[in-house]
Amino acid sequence: MLEIRNVYKTFTRKGITIEALKGVSLNVEKGDIFGVIGYSGAGKSTLIRLANYLERPTEGQVLVDGFDLGEYSASELREAKKNIGMIFQHFNLLESKKVFDNVAIPLVLLKKSKEEIRQRVTELLEFVGLSDKAGSYPSELSGGQKQRVGIARALATNPSLLLCDEATSALDPQTTQSILQLLKRINAEYNITVLIITHEMSVIQEICNKVAVMEEGKIIEQGSVLEVFGHPRHQTTQNFVKTVIQNELTASVQQSIKAEHGRRLVKLHFLGESTTEPVLYEMVRAYDIKFNILFANTTEIQEKTLVTMILQFSGESAEIGKALEFLEQHEIGIEEVDANVFDHSNR
Amino acid sequence: MFSTTVTGEQFMQAIIETIQMVGISLFVGSLIGIPFGILLVVTRPGGVLENRAVYAILNPVINIVRSLPFIILLVAIVPFTRLIVGTSIGTSAAIVPLIIYIAPYIGRLVENSLLEVNPGIMEAAESMGATPFQVIRYFLLPEAVGSLILSLTTATVGLIGATAMAGTVGGGGVGDLAIVYGYQRFDTVVVIATVLILVVLVQGIQSLGNTLARKIRRY
Repeated sequence: MLEIRNVYKTFTRKGITIEALKGVSLNVEKGDIFGVIGYSGAGKSTLIRLANYLERPTEGQVLVDGFDLGEYSASELREAKKNIGMIFQHFNLLESKKVFDNVAIPLVLLKKSKEEIRQRVTELLEFVGLSDKAGSYPSELSGGQKQRVGIARALATNPSLLLCDEATSALDPQTTQSILQLLKRINAEYNITVLIITHEMSVIQEICNKVAVMEEGKIIEQGSVLEVFGHPRHQTTQNFVKTVIQNELTASVQQSIKAEHGRRLVKLHFLGESTTEPVLYEMVRAYDIKFNILFANTTEIQEKTLVTMILQFSGESAEIGKALEFLEQHEIGIEEVDANVFDHSNR
Repeated sequence: MFSTTVTGEQFMQAIIETIQMVGISLFVGSLIGIPFGILLVVTRPGGVLENRAVYAILNPVINIVRSLPFIILLVAIVPFTRLIVGTSIGTSAAIVPLIIYIAPYIGRLVENSLLEVNPGIMEAAESMGATPFQVIRYFLLPEAVGSLILSLTTATVGLIGATAMAGTVGGGGVGDLAIVYGYQRFDTVVVIATVLILVVLVQGIQSLGNTLARKIRRY
């Protein structure tokens, strides 16, 4: 659907060169809701602007449906853009036009007949739930309603890819929810592939099936949302995951932990299958160990359950090792936690 | 002290001449100035029709013409005026320099109005695959209309000021009346009357412009 191949982008302003993207590659497949997350300045805005060539790559390629946008002429590129809708953080609606005319604009540009435009706009406004606002001006709408108009406008030409540039960042949590549900519906009902950039991990958790984490112009981690949330490798990713999933020991538990010989602190990630089987029970039956649950949390992502637990094992170290191996065999992610970090009695 | 040699008819005549000069030069000046303003915006670096050459020529030319005081422009282009209208005196002779004076001014004002348009709108237009002409026609101009009306109002008021100097070439008008009868013949009544007329005229035009802009904006 959309493939970004080893793209570099540098801006030069007043003699100062800024490298916004340094070798970014990603592949958005048909039907995906692909999220790109990063702090401001990570390069994600530049990245999404490459997808419809609002920005041209300095180096590398952007392919949509297998065609390199860089090889298109200006008019071919304009044609290709009709297949890519875009919505914006600040909606970018024409303040001087009524809601109806805002949604109609892409069709007017295509010189569609009045009747065809009326029909399509009515249909779109109904889909986004704004049938009664056709005659209003954008200034009379709330932020969420404005974004719905933006979405209707982006869908007017029946695109197969929808780009969402921080589309919910200017909205309150409740409105964000309703817009995200709308995007999900668009993806499911119209089979439109969605690329979202955001700095809110909750957006990714809510609707994305794939995620890429950006930092300093590079993608530092990418994969299915379940994978990345389950085993965030990079520090930045872990920080993002922490904003939606509590997976750290609480302060009072931390203080009670003592680093003792024969004890091991382990963080476990249960994903998918492993959450429905009595794995821990079987482990205790098979190995001579004890464990104490210091922390447990259940989160739902992509209609799958993700369980994070922190256990303190005690027993023979060889036996604990075997038990952990057993868990790994059952596809449970294991992360050793250093108890010394918490134990203040040793300092 | 409150007597004057100027008749009511002369006043009417002067008002008509002023309106003529302002009206015609505003119309023709807009025909030239508005496209200039649009060109300045679209050809500037980063514009939808970025063109270094056009921008690099248009921009200083407008500055040069704008830096000439009207009274100097008026006499400096007499040969050109004669070429266009066949004479260098009278109302029509005043209109030629008025146009040349106001067109670049309008161009600059239009440029400012268009630059106020939210860059996000331009980005949206570009993301829809609009041609440069469509960007101007469907996005840039409609979004700037309120501000454009205010710009033209400012230009009109500027023109009224400039017409006062049209008397130099026998252009007539209210300002001429004030100088020839009021100032040169010490007719205080004429001076006061013309000042009042000009104040009313400018006030009227400004409120008209404000009302129109507000109505069109509706936001």
